[in-house]
Amino acid sequence: MTVTTEVNEHSPEKLLTPVLSSFWDAEDAWTLDAYHRHEGYEGLRKALQMPPDDVIAYVKDSGLRGRGGAGFPTGMKWQFIPQGDGKPHYLVVNADESEPGTCKDIPLLFANPHSLVEGIVIACHAIRSNHAFIYLRGEAVPVLRRLHEAVREAYAAGYLGKNILGSGLDLELTVHAGAGAYICGEETALLDSLEGRRGQPRLRPPFPAVEGLYACPTVVNNVESIASVPAIMNKGKEWFRSMGSEKSPGFTLYSLSGHVARPGQYEAPLGITLRQLLDMSGGMRPGHRLKFWTPGGSSTPMLTDEHLDVPLDYEGVGGAGSMLGTKALQCFDETTCVVRAVTRWTEFYAHESCGKCTPCREGTYWLVQLLRDIEAGKGEMADLDKVADIADNINGKSFCALGDGAAAPIASSFKHFRAEYEQHITGKGCPFDPRKSTLWSDQEVDA
Amino acid sequence: MTTADQSIQLGMPQLPAPAYEPEVQERLAADAKEIISRYPDSRSALLPMLHLVQSEEGHVTRTGMQFCADQLGLTTAEVTAVATFYTMYRRKPSGDYQVGVCTNTLCAVMGGDAIFEELQTHLGVGNGETTDDGKVTVEHIECNAACDYAPVVMVNWEFFDNQTVESAKQLVDDLRAGRDVQPTRGAKLCTFKDTARILAGFPDQREGAVAESGGAGPASLAGLKLAKGESAPGRVVSPRDAEEGE
Repeated sequence: MTVTTEVNEHSPEKLLTPVLSSFWDAEDAWTLDAYHRHEGYEGLRKALQMPPDDVIAYVKDSGLRGRGGAGFPTGMKWQFIPQGDGKPHYLVVNADESEPGTCKDIPLLFANPHSLVEGIVIACHAIRSNHAFIYLRGEAVPVLRRLHEAVREAYAAGYLGKNILGSGLDLELTVHAGAGAYICGEETALLDSLEGRRGQPRLRPPFPAVEGLYACPTVVNNVESIASVPAIMNKGKEWFRSMGSEKSPGFTLYSLSGHVARPGQYEAPLGITLRQLLDMSGGMRPGHRLKFWTPGGSSTPMLTDEHLDVPLDYEGVGGAGSMLGTKALQCFDETTCVVRAVTRWTEFYAHESCGKCTPCREGTYWLVQLLRDIEAGKGEMADLDKVADIADNINGKSFCALGDGAAAPIASSFKHFRAEYEQHITGKGCPFDPRKSTLWSDQEVDA
Repeated sequence: MTTADQSIQLGMPQLPAPAYEPEVQERLAADAKEIISRYPDSRSALLPMLHLVQSEEGHVTRTGMQFCADQLGLTTAEVTAVATFYTMYRRKPSGDYQVGVCTNTLCAVMGGDAIFEELQTHLGVGNGETTDDGKVTVEHIECNAACDYAPVVMVNWEFFDNQTVESAKQLVDDLRAGRDVQPTRGAKLCTFKDTARILAGFPDQREGAVAESGGAGPASLAGLKLAKGESAPGRVVSPRDAEEGE
């Protein structure tokens, strides 16, 4: 790995495009003052000059796709809201970031909460909503503090409340803290939770756009999707489309974590590769090599070092047999036991299964029992087929995507690392030393 | 039935929960009214109100659930169904400081498993148990959206990033001794009850609490610093072992 000294097409200065993260290094980045210094609320002023339908069309033309995992076009989601129906419309922002590996919305809201608030006002103007909610996972109190403060500042400055900037738009914004349940990241479970119920997914149709919160038309968008809207309105859809690809335009936050030299947030155009991100950031930790990684959290099928050059956009990762998901790039090196990793993820899905549907509730339970035995060297070869069969009975046959997520690490690890499972069975134990994969394992050597 | 032995579960129906003291009832009712006013439908106030009753007693009691039911016109069964679904509501008395060690895959592999095991040995308590002095409850938690700071420990839901076995042991020792500890991201610790009040939607009133620990943590800025040419790209030295940005 070489140290680059001049700026060329491989330089981070060229490859990265900080927009949402462009002033996170300011000491008071999270304040309205700092946001104003960086063209804050300029996009809103432009949007309020436009009729709501034009805003929807503009966002649709920009090509912005949902950043929460599914990649559905944001403008199209807004367009589905029936107009003139006489019912209240709601915008609900999904800030229940809990997908294992995913860590982009929490730092974004911590450092730049006003980008979300501004995006909310624009979106509510577009879909003709007078009440929006931010559903923040409860386990992030430092972010909750800053959202409380950002909303207070926005009300005081006239960006929320009655007749916003003289436009005639009235908007209330409620910050709502969840109480610990991964399933509430699923949009219909989130709505049930916001209605004060157990967070369990709803049958669709009706879709939230028709009957969402309180059975009224509702848009549910991820934090990063909404926070990207102000920059699009301010700098233009052509500017946005100048980044990324035709089908996956724009910038996004990539979260690098695990056994890498420099974990963190990297904002880049869609389509950058893991190799490019690792090259610029110092690669894997010294003396180690990449073994497996997730492109977008544990629910996206894992990839290996064969996939370093896959463009990290919706089509590219899809073409490699996985999903872009939340762009949570969890990288594990050769010291990591795949069986241990997958068993732990499976324990997570079993713990977080809401219990509503049988394949997921029962299937994840039995997967955990079998995988724990295999990891401990007490498994039999026939267990591998049983695990694969149960995973197959969950995948696509569960009530919501949690079940698909639970099956993904199993199916993908079987595809790439079946020999390692067999090794646990024939060798009657785990061949890896967990101490070698810790953060501090190489420190004695380095010192 | 004169004395109720806690260890024997006869499966008998329980008597209705005792009410709060009038002063507490009045104060919480005013808070509940404010929470309810934030929503078009009162039932939406249930999750924040469960945080509210938790801020009163440190866990969700039968009295707290009865209070929520009365305020919202729900049955206690409906409230219990919700309170038992979410992991942040405690069902039994616990410590002033809830120490959660992330043991989801990435943190576990990076050292979270070792930290969690060592903390339990060090404190002599198991998962979800509290030290005798009532200060610290240890539990393992799921991914808390801080993977670029792994391994992560949360205390009362403030971030303690890049922990080691030693730093985590020091942390719980400091908490038990009443020494100040500073989260790497978040504000100076308040008690679990005070945290629950913020979660109920009542902003932290402490001077400077919102601003503490600055705009963003170091890992959050990794990409930005590269993009601005403020740190050298492609270094092979782990930044954890050397000062960054010089």
